[in-house]
Amino acid sequence: MSEVIKVGMADLKICVSPDSITTLGLGSCVGIAIRDPITKIGGLAHIMLPDSTQIRDNSNVPKFADTGIEELVRCIVNRGGSRGRLVAKIAGGAQMFAFQNKSDLVRVGERNVEATKKKLMELRIPILAEDTGSNYGRTVIFFPENGNFVIRAVGKTETVI
Amino acid sequence: MSTFNLNDVSQEYFDVLKELGNIGAGNATTALAQMLQCKVDMKVPQVKLLEFNEVGAAMGGEEQIMAGIYLLVEGDITGSIMFLLEEKAARALVKQLMGIYAEEGEGFSEMELSALKEIGNIITGAYLNSLSVLTNLKIFPSVPDLSIDMAGAILSVPAIEFGTIGDHILLIQTQFTDEVELNGYFILVPDLESYDKIMNSLGFAQ
Repeated sequence: MSEVIKVGMADLKICVSPDSITTLGLGSCVGIAIRDPITKIGGLAHIMLPDSTQIRDNSNVPKFADTGIEELVRCIVNRGGSRGRLVAKIAGGAQMFAFQNKSDLVRVGERNVEATKKKLMELRIPILAEDTGSNYGRTVIFFPENGNFVIRAVGKTETVI
Repeated sequence: MSTFNLNDVSQEYFDVLKELGNIGAGNATTALAQMLQCKVDMKVPQVKLLEFNEVGAAMGGEEQIMAGIYLLVEGDITGSIMFLLEEKAARALVKQLMGIYAEEGEGFSEMELSALKEIGNIITGAYLNSLSVLTNLKIFPSVPDLSIDMAGAILSVPAIEFGTIGDHILLIQTQFTDEVELNGYFILVPDLESYDKIMNSLGFAQ
């Protein structure tokens, strides 16, 4: 019986096929799904901010794109995934409102996506698909079995990327 | 250096928010009653300090569709505020205000969105007014923006703002009742310097 594992805000978890892993209501946050297609070990991180080095108290590792993605990769490799085979899919990073408070948080959705891509490139993990930006929230479900990344949004048909 | 630390919220700040919640909700109730031409009641507001992963659940689930009004504040206090209510409740308010009703599942029309923004304006205005009166500080709201989407997605905005200084969100939950029971959630995100100003204005040494 396969399980659906839930990831919250500033959180990350891993799972092994046939289980799937989900996070609900991604707004300006970004959901990063990574898996090893051979061992079918995968994980999902739900990050909120781009850069841990910009924040004084940065102990919450999954909150940031840089530290969260590194930790997710570490967990997957620990579980038996092979670093060289990892591939990723990403979603989220919307701008939910027309304006945002404070200069450092303006376009935080966009900056979360940029930081995510930068970190994945650094780790040499290719991004196979993305559904990012725009102005609406997304729920995602990731299947390490086949890499399917299901995206749901209010008022839109469900897509799989 | 601001002492604002959400991981260790002082009892005084909690009390300030409770007071703000009480007066703000009271004002909002009166304003709503006037706007809707009906009796509106409210229960005592509750101030909640929640971890990020608890907030969605507190509103009925991260995928619960909510109407969220967001605006910036300027003046003596700077920061942002948000007011959320369930989409169903928003529809009921719009229906009462405009006398028409869109079927659930359909989007809101331009006119309904406009009405909703106006309702949001009035409610957030009521809270801001109380904060202003409580602290004797000048507060000016920006034009509001509205989003109707999953609770988690809308909340990501204040959550990210709180996320720069901690791992919790502070919100004030109020239950309003006219013919329907509405749960309204008010979130104040003061900039750090403004947090100090608020506390100082109320006589709490920092």
